[in-house]
Amino acid sequence: MTFEAKMGKTEMREVYRKFLLEKARKDESVVVLEADLSSSMSTDKIKDELGDRYINVGIMEAQEVCCAAGLSVAGFKPYIHTFGPFASRRVFDQIFISVAYAGTNVTIIGSDAGVTAEANGGTHMPFEELSLLRSIPHAHIYEASDDKCLRAILEETYHTDGLNYVRMIRKNAIEIYEEGETFEDGYKLLREGSDVSIVASGIMVADALQAADRLAAEGISATVIDLYRVKPVNEAALLKAAETGAIVTAENHNVIGGIGSVVAETLAELKPTLQYRVGVREAFGQVGQADYLKEQYGLTAENIVAQAKRLVEQKAKISVNV
Amino acid sequence: MNSTEMKNFADQIRYYTLKELNFMGYGHYGGSLSIVETLAVLYGNHLQASPETKDDLDRDFFVLSKGHAGPALYATLFLKGYIPEEWLYTLNQNGTSLPSHPDKNKTPGVDMTTGSLGQGISSATGIAYGNKIAGRENYTYCIVGDGELNEGQCWEAIQFAAHRQLDHFIVFIDDNKKQLDGYTTEICNPFDFETKFSAFGFHTLKVDGSSVEAINKAVEEAKIMTRKPIAIILDTVKGQGVPCIEEMYSNHHIRLDEKMREEIEVVTERIGTEIGVR
Repeated sequence: MTFEAKMGKTEMREVYRKFLLEKARKDESVVVLEADLSSSMSTDKIKDELGDRYINVGIMEAQEVCCAAGLSVAGFKPYIHTFGPFASRRVFDQIFISVAYAGTNVTIIGSDAGVTAEANGGTHMPFEELSLLRSIPHAHIYEASDDKCLRAILEETYHTDGLNYVRMIRKNAIEIYEEGETFEDGYKLLREGSDVSIVASGIMVADALQAADRLAAEGISATVIDLYRVKPVNEAALLKAAETGAIVTAENHNVIGGIGSVVAETLAELKPTLQYRVGVREAFGQVGQADYLKEQYGLTAENIVAQAKRLVEQKAKISVNV
Repeated sequence: MNSTEMKNFADQIRYYTLKELNFMGYGHYGGSLSIVETLAVLYGNHLQASPETKDDLDRDFFVLSKGHAGPALYATLFLKGYIPEEWLYTLNQNGTSLPSHPDKNKTPGVDMTTGSLGQGISSATGIAYGNKIAGRENYTYCIVGDGELNEGQCWEAIQFAAHRQLDHFIVFIDDNKKQLDGYTTEICNPFDFETKFSAFGFHTLKVDGSSVEAINKAVEEAKIMTRKPIAIILDTVKGQGVPCIEEMYSNHHIRLDEKMREEIEVVTERIGTEIGVR
């Protein structure tokens, strides 16, 4: 079975909007907050139906987060959105204190993960949300790979108290899953191999599957895992990845603090394993088309293949030496 | 409560705030003492909440945005039956339920965790807005510090409250003229709060923050107001009611030396005698 990269039919923001509408119709406690990016996210389309429960605070991200925390205190279930950098680094203390430390229930959606911020460039291109937010005790952090995965993540947030953060892109994602796929453990094992494992998240899951096919053509069998829940991470998923003895992680994020770090930190304690982190290294964002930017930062199937082959060789050398 | 009862309640809050702080010998004396009269008016006459109803969504809410005044709130919560007296003497000690800055998950009666300045007033607008859209008639009260209003986030919250016409949101500004490093006018002049709040769309009142009658009258007036949130600017003195603290230049966080301890304990005992607990 080879992976055919085709665009999903449903925009990710449409999944979010439909989810909100479905929940808000059944549950009067659901409130939606935007900070002047409602048309970018297309939630403006549900504004009229939600009435008072739709709150565009204006360009006030700190107010958006704390107002949501207050709404939680008053018995509501807030979903808030803004672009990733503003939903994370701009409001880190508000998230830390008024949501996580105060124990309020708020789900934060940070859109346009990494290079998908495209023409918005360095100021709007977040490579560090996971790194920042993972340090917050008891946070629940997700990154959606496609529309079906996002729907499952949103459903999980609806049933999860505390701080939830969802990293996503707004437009169509490459289709990873079939309709009706079930998600329950915070990860999906997409391929099972024996030579090397690729643990990926978000848009890099498609590259991971393409890389696995190319590796297979060269006789290297790869495990592929979509690690869509970054925290709390499912350790079983990482132990599964470690079975091959070599792991390439792939993320549209800084290698410091993202899923590369999750894998390294977890396995350093449970089962030290050879690893290479494909991701953004010592670089800021910049303007450009996503495909161009992926090349710039080495976020490609080619790079995953190259690193996987290197690790397989390294693993062989180590076993010879042993 | 009538005026005499409110005054007596304020004295009780001041007495237990001092006892609580004296026990460790250090803490946020200045900003705790300047809100004592306001807490007495709120908890004595207005705040519709009790230990029995503390989790009901239709109770009144109180957010102490200037979280460093936690000790004054704790003294009030003790006097209203939320926490036992012994807790007061665990302030800031290992494993305490009374941390310097209020924590809603540790202390019964604390409605919102505060202390990172600027966030409390912002959260309070969320509570007030939530109550409004739920069709509840309850009030959300908030005390913000004059120094705290340095924080830009406060003005986001203030703009939001006015835009959403939160007429059941009453914010007190503890204008005690000082912040941690000195006089507010010298560090970064806030200019005139009355003009600023009015310009932001609030109904604004200015009162003597050491007068329970004046504060009470302002709250009564505030409750008549419709379609606008209300700002009550409290003209206070940092360290209010304790002359030796009022006179100190740097009285935000005090660590008592022997002489100060003696002076403050004399005042504490005098208030204790006046309210009949000694």
